[in-house]
Amino acid sequence: MNDLDPEDWLRFEQLVLPHVDNAFNLARWLLRSRADAEDVAQEALLRACRFFRGFHGGDARAWLLQIVRNTCYSWLEKNRPRELMVEFDEELHPQPVATPESIAIADEGRERLSRALETLPPRFREVLVLRELEGCSYKEIAAITSIPIGTVMSSLSRARRQLYSALANSSHKEAVREV
Amino acid sequence: MRCDFADSLLQGYFDGELSAPSAAEFERHLQHCVHCAVELVDLDLLSGRLQLAQLYEAAPASLRKKIRAGLRPVALTTAMPQPLLWHWLAAAAALLLLAIAGWRVSPALRTDDYQVELAEEIVDAHVHSLQPGHLTGISSNDEQAVKGWFKGKLTFALLVRDFANDGFALQGGRLDVVEGRSVAVLVYARPGHLINVFTWPTRERDTSPRVGSRQGYQWIDWRKGKIEFCAVSDAPTPDLQQLQRLFME
Repeated sequence: MNDLDPEDWLRFEQLVLPHVDNAFNLARWLLRSRADAEDVAQEALLRACRFFRGFHGGDARAWLLQIVRNTCYSWLEKNRPRELMVEFDEELHPQPVATPESIAIADEGRERLSRALETLPPRFREVLVLRELEGCSYKEIAAITSIPIGTVMSSLSRARRQLYSALANSSHKEAVREV
Repeated sequence: MRCDFADSLLQGYFDGELSAPSAAEFERHLQHCVHCAVELVDLDLLSGRLQLAQLYEAAPASLRKKIRAGLRPVALTTAMPQPLLWHWLAAAAALLLLAIAGWRVSPALRTDDYQVELAEEIVDAHVHSLQPGHLTGISSNDEQAVKGWFKGKLTFALLVRDFANDGFALQGGRLDVVEGRSVAVLVYARPGHLINVFTWPTRERDTSPRVGSRQGYQWIDWRKGKIEFCAVSDAPTPDLQQLQRLFME
């Protein structure tokens, strides 16, 4: 089943391996851990290699990211099933707190932003990572996540709003701690 | 406060994903909706922060290594579904040699490690190619035909020449995998011996030929004009040196 002959291997090497960074980055943000991301990205690449015969041209990055995403989700289901059930709690992160002013006061540091991003449920985190970090188009995001384009747009909208809230929330907590 | 009516249009507009008519429609809306105008700016601020924070995390070198190490067997194992016992014995012998070489080479001279590892892989690939049906992807003594077969398969220019008059008859060529990368192989025959010449692009400087021997196979390795060559065979070393000189003529 795994029979990549040298010719296929050459294609795999040229088309798929250049996207290892993208694979790792998506896995890192979905799993919130570099160590787990390394394992899962490796597994995804092996899987990609195994099914490479089924890839008939097209966008190799989107194809690989789709495999990475599915591998991440099945890993989460197996190892951290609770994460997939937790939806962002809008009660805990009330909307009105997020005003541009409150966010502007917040520390602009990478740490805070990264922590805020990690509080989002995986489904929202992934669209943000694909859009903002990978620069994927809606069409690509739809292909990678298997959701309709319309849903991509509304997911992005909710994801961004939740990120605002999480940022505002974190700056609020910091303020409380300082007092 | 936000404008529910235009919310997802706003995202699409910000991301440049709306069709021209939808974008025009949204712009008309924007002229009298303060919420959307403010939110557009917020989206831009957020996006800017995400970019500035450099959240993108590139793959660590260890992952690349693991992928290459993990994938190569997948790519090759099915080509040899039932490894022969002697193949394993040869691998064990190579490991032993490697251990001895590692022990003998002083740490200051470890630059030779690359050569040792490479030679081991190349000898493995050579042994593998001798199994039935694995020697050539194209079997021909016609330089043009062999060159044509490689066309589109390589990222570098490969010179294909037949040296039958000098006792090295071109048998054909194939693609192979060495150290996780694809390499071109030209196959030559000498009475009683087959010679594989592995070639691949390199960034290293030219080097004069270095020779070695492993598991009863001889190899000669050199770099010229950003191409690395490694010929391997059970033929004696002087034969390989002669072939090397022919290659460089």
